[in-house]
Amino acid sequence: MSKYYLNYLDELESEAIFVLREVWAQFQNPVILFSGGKDSIVVTHLARKAFYPSKIPFALMHVDTGHNFPETIKFRDDLIDELGVNLIVGSVQESIDQGRVAEERGKNATRNALQITTLLDAIETHKVDCAIGGGRRDEEKARAKERFFSHRDDFGQWDPKNQRPELWNIFNGKHFEGEHFRAFPISNWTEMDVWNYIKRENIQIPSLYFAHERECVWRNNSWIPNSEFLMLEETEEIVVKKIRFRTLGDITITGGIESDADTVEKIANEVSAMRQTERGNRSDDKRSETAMEDRKRQGYF
Amino acid sequence: MLDNNQLLRFTTAGSVDDGKSTLIGRLLYDSKSIFEDQLEAIENTSKKKGHEGVDLALFTDGLRDEREQGITIDVAYRYFTTPKRKFIIADTPGHIQYTRNMVTGASTANAAIILVDARHGVIEQTRRHSFIASLLQIPHVIVCINKMDLVDFQEDAYQKVIEQFEEFSSKMMVKDVRFIPISALLGDNVVNRSEHMDWYQGAPLLHTLETMHISSDINKVDARFPVQTVLRPQQGEFRDYRGYAGRVASGVFRPGDEVTVMPSGFTSKIRSIDTFDSAVNEAFAPMSVSITLEDDIDISRGDMIVRSNNKPEASQDIEVMLCWLNNSPAKPRAKYTVKHTSNDQKAMIKEVVYKIDINTLERKEDDKELTMNDICKVKLRTTQPLMVDSYRENRTTGSIILVDDATNETVAAGMVV
Repeated sequence: MSKYYLNYLDELESEAIFVLREVWAQFQNPVILFSGGKDSIVVTHLARKAFYPSKIPFALMHVDTGHNFPETIKFRDDLIDELGVNLIVGSVQESIDQGRVAEERGKNATRNALQITTLLDAIETHKVDCAIGGGRRDEEKARAKERFFSHRDDFGQWDPKNQRPELWNIFNGKHFEGEHFRAFPISNWTEMDVWNYIKRENIQIPSLYFAHERECVWRNNSWIPNSEFLMLEETEEIVVKKIRFRTLGDITITGGIESDADTVEKIANEVSAMRQTERGNRSDDKRSETAMEDRKRQGYF
Repeated sequence: MLDNNQLLRFTTAGSVDDGKSTLIGRLLYDSKSIFEDQLEAIENTSKKKGHEGVDLALFTDGLRDEREQGITIDVAYRYFTTPKRKFIIADTPGHIQYTRNMVTGASTANAAIILVDARHGVIEQTRRHSFIASLLQIPHVIVCINKMDLVDFQEDAYQKVIEQFEEFSSKMMVKDVRFIPISALLGDNVVNRSEHMDWYQGAPLLHTLETMHISSDINKVDARFPVQTVLRPQQGEFRDYRGYAGRVASGVFRPGDEVTVMPSGFTSKIRSIDTFDSAVNEAFAPMSVSITLEDDIDISRGDMIVRSNNKPEASQDIEVMLCWLNNSPAKPRAKYTVKHTSNDQKAMIKEVVYKIDINTLERKEDDKELTMNDICKVKLRTTQPLMVDSYRENRTTGSIILVDDATNETVAAGMVV
């Protein structure tokens, strides 16, 4: 076999770097949407590689639901310091205070859908013309239809039936004033690829991904962490379990799984044996069969 | 997974009735890439719709409209991994009105799977799919003769398809064609070898995909480096650093190489090839690197660094095979933005030479209107020269798209003749 070929991780990395450089070249004011989750951390790592020895030329934008894991916020602030990039925070609490959105009610109330307004407001306020996300096509069926460069109209909406065809590696980011793009450099990565890459590159991730003891409650087939925002049903009971999180979102909707995996190596092994998708523990996706598509049409991540 | 495992991208074109969804479902299911919660969700929907058993087509349909209408509208990407390779499937609908989606899926594929119903043999749709595979220069084509269980696993049906296929494909440019008799429904020759077809000596489909030699598909001769952006940190130890960032389109670059920057024609030598991890001794496709040169010359996005002894053609008059992708037809002598590697120029369609009837593969020289899904040979005139190779030699520097400046939509994809 010829020595002139890349292995799959190198090829995925090179593709992502290519996409990030295209974003930089085609847009005036791109940002990285940073949630503190592993996918946005990997995208940030790739951006560092893409522009080295220059600094990452984008700000990081965090949509803060106010319902955070404290670990995520600390991780975010440390990373910002290390990289020397700007942080833009869009606050869901402020959107509520300004009357832009209303808090959901009831036991299953979350701020997940409220993030859409905050995100679109932040994009408009900061004149962002491209928001780079860590979305992957293997995550969810609506995301499987995403382009690398995905157009949003001037209301921030996605029209999945009328997307621009994307051929070879030629990306068309042309847009009118007020419209923006979402770019997904790791579109072709799977959850397993992300973990293998984190392992190979020795990328730092929040401690929440590793198995740890935590107070939680069993709800909707996963362990929901105890927090000041949790409303308990009479039949529910707080217990201490050794868990870890497969994805990180708002603390009220992110369920953990029981696990002993306390190193990246062990997590990668565990993930490769998993029989449930990672978003299976996300109650935001379970509201309906097309929950993700419906939110994405409105402007969700 | 091993560190030296490669990535293979393949496309599957077909309609609901050829068993395409069943085949994909089978590959994903047998390689344990369908998760329990996904399967459960599909089971529930199948029940709601009153289907018997699990309708695997639901797994490949993502959007609300697709699920409601039971059709695939858009390209969907699927992923699975075996101990030997990582695979990306571009799953595209096969009907003629979705030619543009087939073209899109084919543009990045290393291999194409073409499904033929063993009972019907080669039909119009087979010809269309094969033509697109050859037009987009997919290096490997695997013709799966499906539903062998419905013809009693008889070799005749298989041989007949091979004869029919070879007869019409002689006109096309397909380098590597293989034929595999399968039953996607029962799993014969998909992942596991069939117990019903002793007469077939070849490998099952998955093994073929896992072992197919793909590293020689990349052009290693013509060194081409389209510049995406210039890296100038302007601080600290990198105060004077000036790196040209891009991804190698083809060929091999090494420090010390004599290079020419196109279109300016300035020449220099490569000083270093850098990545975040380290400087490298050579860079080949598809590596993303940053190149520094010995001389300080003016280079920006859209320029191309090439080896001085092997240059692409720089021309304002380019002949391309164009696939029209948009609902609005091409306007005569209208101006478009042409995007070619990292270079954007204005272009005009000067002439439509002929249109191809993609069912009969015949040329139509009297019908010159370009409407959605049409494939035509056209002459383009650009405002500045483009540095192109023929698509046959180079899928990266031989491809373009056209963008309509009035709508910003991508309206056409072209392959340089």
